[in-house]
Amino acid sequence: MNAKPRAGPARAPRAQSADIWNLRLYVAGQTPKSLAAFANLKRLCEDHLKGHYTIEVIDLAENPRLAKDDQILAVPTLVRKLPQPVRKIIGDLSNTEHVLVGLDLIPAPSATA
Amino acid sequence: MNHEPRNLVLAKSPTGIQGLDELTGGGLPKGRPTLLCGSAGCGKTLLAMEFLVRGAVESGEPGVFMAFEENTGELATNFASLGHDLKALAAQKKLVLEWVHIERAEIEETGEYDLEGLFIRLGQAIDSIGAKRVVLDTVEALFSGLSNTAILRAELRRLFRWLKDKGVTAIITGERGESSLTRYGLEEYVADCVILLDHRVEGQMATRRLRIVKYRGSTHGTSEYPFLIDAGGISILPITSMGLTHEAGTERVSSGVSRLDAMMGGKGYYCASSVLVSGTAGSGKTSLAAHFAHAAAARGERCLWFAFEESANQIIRNMRSIGIDLAPAVRRGTLRIQAERPTICGLEMHLVTIHKLVNQFRPQVVIIDPVSNFATLGSEAQVKAMMTRLIDFFKIQKITALVTSLTAGGTLLDDTEIGVSSLMDAWLLLRDVQNGAERNRLLHLVKSRGMAHSNQVREFLLTDHGVELRDVYAGPSGVLLTGSARDALQAHEKAQTLVHRQETEGKKRELTRKREAVDAQIAVLRAEFEVEQAEANKTIAQDETSAGVLAGDRVEMGRLRQSDTGAVRKATKRKEIH
Repeated sequence: MNAKPRAGPARAPRAQSADIWNLRLYVAGQTPKSLAAFANLKRLCEDHLKGHYTIEVIDLAENPRLAKDDQILAVPTLVRKLPQPVRKIIGDLSNTEHVLVGLDLIPAPSATA
Repeated sequence: MNHEPRNLVLAKSPTGIQGLDELTGGGLPKGRPTLLCGSAGCGKTLLAMEFLVRGAVESGEPGVFMAFEENTGELATNFASLGHDLKALAAQKKLVLEWVHIERAEIEETGEYDLEGLFIRLGQAIDSIGAKRVVLDTVEALFSGLSNTAILRAELRRLFRWLKDKGVTAIITGERGESSLTRYGLEEYVADCVILLDHRVEGQMATRRLRIVKYRGSTHGTSEYPFLIDAGGISILPITSMGLTHEAGTERVSSGVSRLDAMMGGKGYYCASSVLVSGTAGSGKTSLAAHFAHAAAARGERCLWFAFEESANQIIRNMRSIGIDLAPAVRRGTLRIQAERPTICGLEMHLVTIHKLVNQFRPQVVIIDPVSNFATLGSEAQVKAMMTRLIDFFKIQKITALVTSLTAGGTLLDDTEIGVSSLMDAWLLLRDVQNGAERNRLLHLVKSRGMAHSNQVREFLLTDHGVELRDVYAGPSGVLLTGSARDALQAHEKAQTLVHRQETEGKKRELTRKREAVDAQIAVLRAEFEVEQAEANKTIAQDETSAGVLAGDRVEMGRLRQSDTGAVRKATKRKEIH
């Protein structure tokens, strides 16, 4: 499942544009999973998108209404609002490569294999 | 545990769906989830939505519909065609439509997660209107959107537990699986009540069926029950659920044929009874039905006529030929002829169509002509079950029903196609008998529950003023004679009577003549006798005179001769001795 024929040590090509990446992380309370997800995201952005991103953390336990807008089911969910199109990554973001694929920072492994 | 059984009785949440509450003894288990499974297009979403809408409108229980497959706009459009205004209900805070969209292509999974987002959304929706009912349609979409089934299963288990804790009555729909009730084994989690919907095609006729697979803690109907979806939503007709508790009145209604009424004690059928008119083709079933319809119209009653062989116009025209004009009643709107081919839909659809029309039209009289055409739509048992249901329905509605049934040529006459005769209160058997070169129609009241009735087989004619029962004409050996045989015998007997009368008169005349002759003879004899008598008297008188004279002479002589009178006396004495 996680066979990784990586296209090199893929230090990201700094995305396609130098625009600001608008990322939103949905969590539900201060659970270990949500804390882990935030930490993973922060590290990843620093590595790949330094200076080009904003992270907005939404705690659904406090704002349940907001779950509807982005069709959130699972938490944690990371939503890439910008650049378009919208992408969603669910889970604690512990698998960095999956997150990068999910964010389109690197091409999907199956597509290149 | 057994101290207070009342607390153990399961509370139920009425669905408001016709028939389903009857089957479940009051509705779905209150505060518990119910699994509704079935293959695609069998009506899961509709049933679930109807549960919510009726709950909101009829039971005052607001509901949340969480849709995983259709968005709220599509749902609102789909249900608008069934007469439910979901948007209005939502505006009145009676309903929340929540669309949950999962697009696998947009989603990347990495690491641990849970479905707390779903719980939060559902919780939010429930709390926003104080919902008592929830539908998840269909939660299995999660399996196609998310790949980690271990997480999904754990979360679903938690979801159903959570729904129970929330105290909402929930319907969870699931797609039918190959070997299990649902493709993803949802039945493992929802154990309280499982309802299975099915849409099968048998003999090119699609029928929807519903079965309650399980209902923990409650009795329920166990069979497969046909149901259907039409403009009014879902109706289920539990054929066996009806009790035999209808009232029985004593009022009677005329059959429209006075001599037929006479056969039933002069009063006709019982009100709210069911009458079967069976017979071979062309034996006059429809004509009898038309009489009944006409009589109903004359009484000012409403009559609904289901015609499965002829169109309304055809019936009106044909009945006019025997002097029954149904057109005015149709024009007045008190008679409605609903004509359609029986094969247009399945048995259940017919049943429901009849139900609906009866509820709309509110007739006192219903005619089904002929009911035997249903036989092509299902097995004998199915048709019989349907008829039972129908007749019970009519009785409960206090409708007098007349159904005709065609008996195929060559079969036993008493054998109605669909074995409904036992259900009926009265049974008129019509038949054709052939004698010589003609066929004649006979009518026989096989049974008529609850009244003294004639047991005679009667001949009837279709005249230009309707059905006419003839006088019973049994021949010398007690066999009923019909048609020209009856006429012939009648003529023959008339001739014989004439001859008899003539003979009698002749005899009478002869007798008179004889008496006259005797009288004449007597007169003659008497005359002769009188003559003789007269003569005899004359002679006697002469004799006496002469004797007197003789004696006188002798006395005179003796006196003259001074003779001894004793000698004279002796002489006369001697003469007397002589």
